[in-house]
Amino acid sequence: MSRASLFVPLGLFLLIVVVGFVGFSLNDPHKLPSALIGKPFPEFTAPRLGAPEELLDRADLLGEPVLVNIWATWCPTCMAEHGELLRIGAETGIRIVGVNYKDDPAKALDWLVRFGDPYDIVIEDRDGSLGVELGVYGAPETFLLDADGTVVHKHVGDINPRVWRDAFAPRVAALAGEESE
Amino acid sequence: MARRLPLIALIAAFVALMFGSGALVAAPRFDVFEFENPELEKRYQALIAELRCPKCLNTNLAGSDAPIAQDLRRTVHRLLIEEDMSDAEIRAWLQERYGDFVLYDPPFRPDTWVLWLAPAGFLIAGFLVLARLLRQPAAEPLSDSESARLRDLLERD
Repeated sequence: MSRASLFVPLGLFLLIVVVGFVGFSLNDPHKLPSALIGKPFPEFTAPRLGAPEELLDRADLLGEPVLVNIWATWCPTCMAEHGELLRIGAETGIRIVGVNYKDDPAKALDWLVRFGDPYDIVIEDRDGSLGVELGVYGAPETFLLDADGTVVHKHVGDINPRVWRDAFAPRVAALAGEESE
Repeated sequence: MARRLPLIALIAAFVALMFGSGALVAAPRFDVFEFENPELEKRYQALIAELRCPKCLNTNLAGSDAPIAQDLRRTVHRLLIEEDMSDAEIRAWLQERYGDFVLYDPPFRPDTWVLWLAPAGFLIAGFLVLARLLRQPAAEPLSDSESARLRDLLERD
């Protein structure tokens, strides 16, 4: 046994520590990467919240960059991000479309009256089928679409000032830049 | 005998309750779907046993009570019956929307080959180490001068 080989176990141990450290800090296992990024927002037909006789479809999301926010009144985190959505809508002027996910329309309308309405329009998804098309697995989730309806970014969990600043604002700015060119 | 009747009735009720509640637990508590033939039902059961619930990290669609798992079971049923998709098409459909996560086995791709090949690699490495250890010759007996030195060292204290 040469002296150098005595250090093999130590080397292996350090390797395991490094691999473990990198592996476990890679990502939060609860956050799945969206399979939809770079792909067109799916086709759908669904009633408009508050005006169920009016049917909305994919064309209603096109024309300018838009945030599509999946929310429900049964979702406490949606409550937590509501103020931030109102702020974003007021300060940046970006169009925000809501998807009221597996909810009671009456409760949803009541919530918007009580807490303020950041949405340009709200799509009613009572049975969650649009949610399945979007790969939604827990509200709130927020998609950023470009003017052609391609998914640029998706965020699972609440939108807070940090998430907005780090993940959304730069992409929104890039989209605005593309548009003006 | 007449006095025992209530006791017997009680035991009977107890037994019925035991088996009855057992049946309740075993029966599906939600989504009762109709299938035209047992073949389709078998495929449905196999698919929901194989696909992973996106919300729950380590439960399949069949075993999860999460609302999203219920939605996805309904979706699998719809794709199977109404859209008449094959098993592979259904897997691909869900993968397109929920990513590789819904498949317990990730596909073999350039970014996943390490995952697939590492266990075999470790096994081979282990055998190589084992082979080397076994091949090492037994220690040679000490020469006279070496044994003298050893004795000297041992006796020193």
